[in-house]
Amino acid sequence: MTMINFVNASKVYPNGAVALENVNLEIEKGEFVTIVGPSGAGKTTLNKLLLREEEPTEGTVLLENADINAFNSDQTTALRRRIGIVFQEFRLLSNKTAYENIAFAMEAAGKSDEEIVSDVPHVLQLVDLQDRMFHFPSQLSGGEKQRLAIARAIINQPEVLIADEPTGNLDARNTAEVIHILQKINDLGTTVVLTTHDPELIKAVGNRIITVERGRIVGDERKRTHKV
Amino acid sequence: MKSGWVNFRRNGLVSYAAILVTTITLSVVTALFLFQAVLNAAILEVQNKVDIAIYFSVSAQEEQILELQSDLQALPEVASVEYSSADEQVLAFRDRHTDDYLTLQALDELGDNPFGGNLRIMAKDSTQYEAIARVLEGDSDIARENATIIERINYSQNKVVIDRLNSLIHNAERTGLIISIILAVISIVIMYTTIRLTIYMAREEISIMRLVGASSSYVRAPFVVEGMLYGAFAWLLTQVLFVFITYFLGSRLVGILGLNLFDYYTSHLFTVGGAVLLVGVFLGIVSSLLAVRRYLNV
Repeated sequence: MTMINFVNASKVYPNGAVALENVNLEIEKGEFVTIVGPSGAGKTTLNKLLLREEEPTEGTVLLENADINAFNSDQTTALRRRIGIVFQEFRLLSNKTAYENIAFAMEAAGKSDEEIVSDVPHVLQLVDLQDRMFHFPSQLSGGEKQRLAIARAIINQPEVLIADEPTGNLDARNTAEVIHILQKINDLGTTVVLTTHDPELIKAVGNRIITVERGRIVGDERKRTHKV
Repeated sequence: MKSGWVNFRRNGLVSYAAILVTTITLSVVTALFLFQAVLNAAILEVQNKVDIAIYFSVSAQEEQILELQSDLQALPEVASVEYSSADEQVLAFRDRHTDDYLTLQALDELGDNPFGGNLRIMAKDSTQYEAIARVLEGDSDIARENATIIERINYSQNKVVIDRLNSLIHNAERTGLIISIILAVISIVIMYTTIRLTIYMAREEISIMRLVGASSSYVRAPFVVEGMLYGAFAWLLTQVLFVFITYFLGSRLVGILGLNLFDYYTSHLFTVGGAVLLVGVFLGIVSSLLAVRRYLNV
């Protein structure tokens, strides 16, 4: 079943810069897709279009065959609850503790206090941050921040997890930890879209590698297994 | 609510700055209330000094004067009519000239009381003296019936003063209103700008909240609560500030202003304080709502 579908999607910014050009891309439910390319290739733009942080200049973006650019404000909010996102720069709420960063995502999704109290410590344990529950992001290391970001992204059990260069600011050990967590999430049935420009990472992960250059898809290769 | 309170506490210096600016705004509003009270007191003080006096002839009977007093009190423009008898007039005269031996001697030599009674008429509004004077000097029943006992009416002599008073009052009220509006607008703009700055600093947080799936109203709510808290805490500071200020100035300025500011402020704490609290909270909420709106389109 097709989960995500870009149909002739293009994005041209007002200054004339072409971020994406005529992209056609289908991602199946449960796939682990790695989108690779140099900086400025258009990888992050793909993610922004999927999250409706931006809209395509031409073409459509479909989630389970629904055109997300036809969504109203409430539907867009609901869309974002179905998609978890992990940013390269973490983008945690600086004035909230680790616990509160995750709890916020659950509150925003309308979960009850009982569910929050039950689930948040559990997911923090999953990412090995149970001892950092009441620390603020400024008190966490880079790897811990990224694990916290992942915990926030998965707390509402999203159908899709986008990881936009999640290891860009991490060392090798933390990179391996993060990738391992993403693979576990994919094993549980979540569609994972990982974007990276790290060639070592490309070799190690993903059963499908999509290469993007200058806003165009230039390669779409399937591998049989993944390992770190 | 809880999220708004937590953000308010954790924002530290930013919250203090917003409260301080809001306090200044509310202080201006409170000062305007007090200014209005002082203006009203001054106007009342001056109005009390203006009246129409009717001087009766020495032969006028007290019953006639009292009947005229009753007729005048029935007029809709009249607030009060005070009667002072001929005997009271001469006593007052002696009192005023206690140290003037020659004048008192001349009075004694007259033998009979040279004074007649008088009536002092206070209008409900200084603009109504003209109407009252027309009744007394024109072709009304009252004028005709009392023409023989009335010696003189001092309205015409005071008309210039009364007209100037009315003009002064009108101008003072209008000027006061204009100044009030200008100061209030300036203060509100400053307060709104400050709150907008605090929310500008949170713009990244707002976009993150939208991207993780929070609805606009969910994002907006804590900032609205913060705005309310700025207004409420600023109100509290303003109340304390003005209690001290009015206490210090109250008795010192009562001679100049015509009222004790501290007494006025404390006796109107519920009304003035309540109005200022409403203004503070309302401005805090509206400023936050308007400022957050800019950053919700993610």
